[in-house]
Amino acid sequence: MSNTTDSLRAQSGPYFGDFGGRFVPESLVAALDELSAEYALAKADPAFAAELTELHRSYTGRPSLITEVPRFAAHAGGARIILKREDLNHTGSHKLNNVLGQVLLTKRIGKKRVIAETGAGQHGVATATAAALFGLDCVVYMGEVDTERQALNVARMRLLGAEVVSVKTGSRTLKDAINDAMRDWVTNVETTNYVFGTVAGPHPFPAMVRDFQKIIGEEARQQVLDLTGRLPDAVTACVGGGSNAMGIFHAFLDDPEVALYGYEAGGEGIEGLRHAATLTKGRPGVLHGARSMMLQDEDGQTVESHSISAGLDYPGVGPEHAWLASIGRATYLPVTDAEAMDALRLLSRTEGIIPAIESAHALAGTLELGKKLGPDSTILVNLSGRGDKDMETAGRYFDLLDAGAQQL
Amino acid sequence: MTNTNDTGTSTVEATIAARRASGGGALIGYLPVGFPTLTESIDAAVAIARNGVDVIELGLPYSDPVMDGPVIQAATQRALANGFRLRHGFEAVAAITAQVETPVLVMTYWNPVLQYGVDRFADDLAAAGGAGLITPDLIPDDAESWLLASERAGLDRVFLAAPSSSDERLVQAVTRSRGFVYAVSTMGITGARSDVDSAARVLVTRLREAGATSACVGLGISTPAQVREVLEYADGAIVGSALVKALADGGVAAVATLAAELAAGARDIRAAV
Repeated sequence: MSNTTDSLRAQSGPYFGDFGGRFVPESLVAALDELSAEYALAKADPAFAAELTELHRSYTGRPSLITEVPRFAAHAGGARIILKREDLNHTGSHKLNNVLGQVLLTKRIGKKRVIAETGAGQHGVATATAAALFGLDCVVYMGEVDTERQALNVARMRLLGAEVVSVKTGSRTLKDAINDAMRDWVTNVETTNYVFGTVAGPHPFPAMVRDFQKIIGEEARQQVLDLTGRLPDAVTACVGGGSNAMGIFHAFLDDPEVALYGYEAGGEGIEGLRHAATLTKGRPGVLHGARSMMLQDEDGQTVESHSISAGLDYPGVGPEHAWLASIGRATYLPVTDAEAMDALRLLSRTEGIIPAIESAHALAGTLELGKKLGPDSTILVNLSGRGDKDMETAGRYFDLLDAGAQQL
Repeated sequence: MTNTNDTGTSTVEATIAARRASGGGALIGYLPVGFPTLTESIDAAVAIARNGVDVIELGLPYSDPVMDGPVIQAATQRALANGFRLRHGFEAVAAITAQVETPVLVMTYWNPVLQYGVDRFADDLAAAGGAGLITPDLIPDDAESWLLASERAGLDRVFLAAPSSSDERLVQAVTRSRGFVYAVSTMGITGARSDVDSAARVLVTRLREAGATSACVGLGISTPAQVREVLEYADGAIVGSALVKALADGGVAAVATLAAELAAGARDIRAAV
């Protein structure tokens, strides 16, 4: 079932080892086939690549910088630490890389309406942004719990002209938002394209979203070579669904001397149930259209995940990560809420960069990794998003808000 | 893989064919296990069978049911909240088949089967007296393990066909299915609709051209008139949300009454048309 080539970079689905596939209602197969075919044509069309590259240059703000962070690195055993600054992209995270690709594809297919799921709101905001740019109708599905804890992102999406649907079924979080978006797609597939936010879901999404995100690693690999004269010893990223991690890992898959580390949300600790450490604690199963690792009970019912970071609060993970873990090419470790928040504060105070709580998981993991690899090592970290959206959480967590004060 | 028609006799297919031969068509009724309670769900399934439902489609509650609309979602969520476990599904099948002759097909999303073990699931379902599985999120392309297990255990496997399916995919659905092919009446999810899409008629015609001898239509069918209309061209009509709503609103008595009304729509349609 897997591709036979020796290059790890050449994998393009539908299966990555035993993981991936299409576990979807028959009604969606035609749309997935159409998307796969149109994407294959687009991939081979220099005009498509040129249009996306120009959009990234003039709209996203690519290439994104790399920033070396020596004052932060002093807390990591003196290892050399370099951040890939996806936080500087338009809309504040790596999400726009994928969304612009998929929206250009929507335009090619000729559909006028896009739908998306969102947890924290980053992918929803990016999709609403691209829909505004291209004049498409946009509906974003968001769990009711998330619309309440991310009210400002709801306002951002509405300001951009998108309709936000509050999902009131199941656990009322990201996984249920995906279910409702799939139900919408099954019903409106003739007019609608589903702009999926991560490297999970049925084929072609895992490979396609990865392809739209791999620009992160392609840029960073060259930037690190230019800066240091050699490849980094390790590349690190946070993993929820896994799109920013696949984006930075992919360029290094065939560099065996570069270790790859993904940091999952360990929540309140992986001994209990309040975490989202899918690769550490999950088992193989089918969720949201693909076979991958997932958090589930004995009967195969999906278990609710927990993380202080809404963007990592997902009980599944992309199939390519499950495969990379199974063959030992990448290592996945849990980072707790508390460790991530400490790293968030440390980067803010030592370097003047406030990371998203998601990205802070990668920073926390890197602090430990640096101590292990030692002062002669170089570590490249994907700083996938900025922390502006997390100020309310951080303000409460660190007790930074004056009593009775209110944002007006 | 063997062609479906080569191995054994499907009770479901025989039941549907007998209804067709007698001038009507089959009524297939969906109810979920564990709603409102395990006991009442068994009683309700037995009641609809005794009131004219020809094949029972017994749903296993699942945390992420992407093909289901609000009525069935609410019922299955309640069943899960009440402590539904997979073993209750096998208990329910055994309890129902002990009381009525009506064949019971289990409708389940794929992950519970995968976690239980595909072979073990097939064996336990067969031992409980179940006829087979309807798999809304398993397409034949990714169904290798189920094709083998169902073949070995002599179970029916019902795959879905959609208006958007290509001719090649319809042939695949017909070839791989055993019992019947589930023709999705419209592009969408479960739930009552005022009009059953004309796309259903076209789809069944295409399925016949693809070789289907047993094609049943589901999604959106809720009234005796709609059952009658569908059976003008299809072998069976599948009713789900309307039965679940009747059970939710009026208990076992109400769902039995609705089943009898729907069954009246499925009989002697030649006379009625």
